[in-house]
Amino acid sequence: MDDDKIDKIIDKYPSDPSSLIQVLLEIQSENRWLPKEALKKVSKKLKVPLNRIQHIITFYKAFSVVPKGRHEIHVCTGTACHVRGAQRVLDTVQALTGIKPGETDQDLKFSLETVNCVGCCALGPVMVIDGEYHGKMAPAKSEDVLKNYE
Amino acid sequence: MARINSPAELEKFRKGILSKRDPHKPCIAVCTGTGCLALGAAKVVTAFKEEIKKKKLGTKVDVVDVRETGCPGFCERGPIVVIYPEETCYLQVQPGDAEEIVSQTVLAKKVIDRLLYVDPTTGEKIVRESEIPFYKNQMRHLIGNNIKIDPKSIEDYLAVGGYSALVKALGQMTPEQVVELVKDSNLRGRGGAGFPTGKKWEFTRNSPDQTRYVIVNADEGDPGAFMDRALLEGNPFSVLEGLTIGAYAIGSHEGYFYVRQEYPLAVENVTLAIKQAEECGFLGKNILGSGFDFTIRVHRGAGAFVCGEETSLLMSLEGKAGEPRARPPYPAVKGLWGKPTNINNVETWANIPLLINNGAGFLTSIGTEGSKGTKIFSLVGKVNNTGLVEVPMGITLGDIVYKVGGGIPGGKKFKAVQTGGPSGGCIPEKHLDIKVDFDELKKVGAIMGSGGMIVMDEDTCMVDVAKYFLNFLTGESCGKCSPCREGIRQMLKILTNISKGKGREGDIELLEDLSEATRDASLCALGGSAPNPVLSTIHYFRDEYEAHIKEKRCPAYVCKELISYHIDPDKCQACMICLRKCPAEAIAGDKNQIHIIDQEKCTKCGTCFEVCPSRFAAVRRISGEPVPPPIPEEARMIIRESKGKKK
Repeated sequence: MDDDKIDKIIDKYPSDPSSLIQVLLEIQSENRWLPKEALKKVSKKLKVPLNRIQHIITFYKAFSVVPKGRHEIHVCTGTACHVRGAQRVLDTVQALTGIKPGETDQDLKFSLETVNCVGCCALGPVMVIDGEYHGKMAPAKSEDVLKNYE
Repeated sequence: MARINSPAELEKFRKGILSKRDPHKPCIAVCTGTGCLALGAAKVVTAFKEEIKKKKLGTKVDVVDVRETGCPGFCERGPIVVIYPEETCYLQVQPGDAEEIVSQTVLAKKVIDRLLYVDPTTGEKIVRESEIPFYKNQMRHLIGNNIKIDPKSIEDYLAVGGYSALVKALGQMTPEQVVELVKDSNLRGRGGAGFPTGKKWEFTRNSPDQTRYVIVNADEGDPGAFMDRALLEGNPFSVLEGLTIGAYAIGSHEGYFYVRQEYPLAVENVTLAIKQAEECGFLGKNILGSGFDFTIRVHRGAGAFVCGEETSLLMSLEGKAGEPRARPPYPAVKGLWGKPTNINNVETWANIPLLINNGAGFLTSIGTEGSKGTKIFSLVGKVNNTGLVEVPMGITLGDIVYKVGGGIPGGKKFKAVQTGGPSGGCIPEKHLDIKVDFDELKKVGAIMGSGGMIVMDEDTCMVDVAKYFLNFLTGESCGKCSPCREGIRQMLKILTNISKGKGREGDIELLEDLSEATRDASLCALGGSAPNPVLSTIHYFRDEYEAHIKEKRCPAYVCKELISYHIDPDKCQACMICLRKCPAEAIAGDKNQIHIIDQEKCTKCGTCFEVCPSRFAAVRRISGEPVPPPIPEEARMIIRESKGKKK
């Protein structure tokens, strides 16, 4: 991520510590992870020590300090999806990708996350890949869906 | 858009909008809430637009409108399309249907039968949206406008009478009168705790500090609940208007929307709504010439359940980790940056314009003694009509599940309704006649919460449900106080052992003890209510816990370690479906050779059980008893008789 982009994001917000989470969120969504150089810059500009930034990015679930794979899989494990068998879907996705929630595979193909609820309970169990919703999932169906990603 | 400087100018502007709108003009409203979008609503919208272009219907001064609206609630049957002025409601519409809908329904005024809702009990086809039983049994004051307006257009909101409440409050009422009105209405906070809204406003208003803040809590974190999202996505202006009125009553000039970033569309629509309201002069300096100033900023939550708790939310707004602090002092005294702050839930704010327009009696005429007005629930899980339902307080739980929700799918047996999210409890069948309000739900060990209602059937294991919620809460506990951090973790350990068949005598009592300690000693409501799912499931479903502990059996066939799948050799027709579908390649067999599951390889995903054709029903689930040994190799050949010839 180049310096200009980071500067632009930081400049959009008031340069005080209260903007920290908003700035980090925007860098995260732009770059899909938070490189150390970017964090250093944020630290300097918003006058927040790096250790506090570390506290924030480990506290909130939206942040990642490691690069993400080309495709981000989010398996919804909300209650409605859970009672409709989301755990079995998640188990299958884990077995197929070889990674656990929070991990990225070595080829940087997939990153896997669970989400608490995406609010599409009528479609449950739901799996979201790169923002695209796949509803009424079942273990075998999740295998078919994953095949479509390179 | 020109700034509107006075109530008179607003009425003129509104008249201008209405005069341009012909109520008889056809309009195709397509729900583009997150649920319908996930089902492909965007493609449906494009198809309609193309069709209108092709037929040159858009050129003659907009003969046909396509409106992208918010969520009307019937997510189960999305994408939903309503054709005005007839209010013809089509369900599960696909892009390929656009041509027929435009030529048949919009132009020729004919109804397309196959897209209509069919009443499963009578087989009758229903044309009008409001006559579908799912809608008919509701009282839709808050979400009713969702399908009527484009949430990205303030003109649409004004066309349905928007901002008349703000005009009334600013022009005809003093701030004290607004507070009194909210107090008289007995409105209680819709976020979960049910604290009287008017009182909360009064506390903040009476605080001596002149810098005060008002906040919309839209950190809707309960899994299985999406009422607030639907309001923010579908009618953000109603929340904005409520917040502005609240700010006027409380004496605040700065407000915040705290929205979780997992709701990108809600963030987008709220941000746009604020921008449009600023341009029109409903926000900013000297609103509608009243001398009242108010600005709003949007703050996105970064994914932490605990931030729905008000003191955590404040920490997060200040850019810190969302850890709660002890109350008192309450935010009404010491809130954001140490200043008096009033925090209300999205749905609470959305009630305010209704109250101002219609008076306190409007709310008090609906509901029960202690709980007034309507409440939106997200009815999800094992229920036929998944979606958002707005019902009067005091409706029975059974009516919600059966009359609105249409009962349990697949002829399964009802087991429980879980209300109130991870802090709530499970309500069993014997309490289905309970009146749903803040106080009654508490009596049976559940809570209203923010409005999540998860229906569970006989295939749901109650030990697993308790384990699920504790697992959720262990992950979301901020870790600041040890009763919550350690208490929940230890309870989860015990529940995990029980679900794995390693439960011991006395575990249930130990869970009860730990529950009590965690409930009494935790700093905030997250820990304080965390034991609810455990206690309510033990209370009503103790037999299931005992089956797990004593018989190592999971009656609902959910807990993996306690179940096995087995193919009945007498029923297997060697159709190879399960063999092909098994993701673990754990099934051995061939054409004419009875299939066998390799128990070592089996991951218990249940695919074989689901795909085995029901006419064979050869795959069965076993729990609490050993799996029969595989049949000998020579007995596996199936010899078939076909067309009279023996093979």
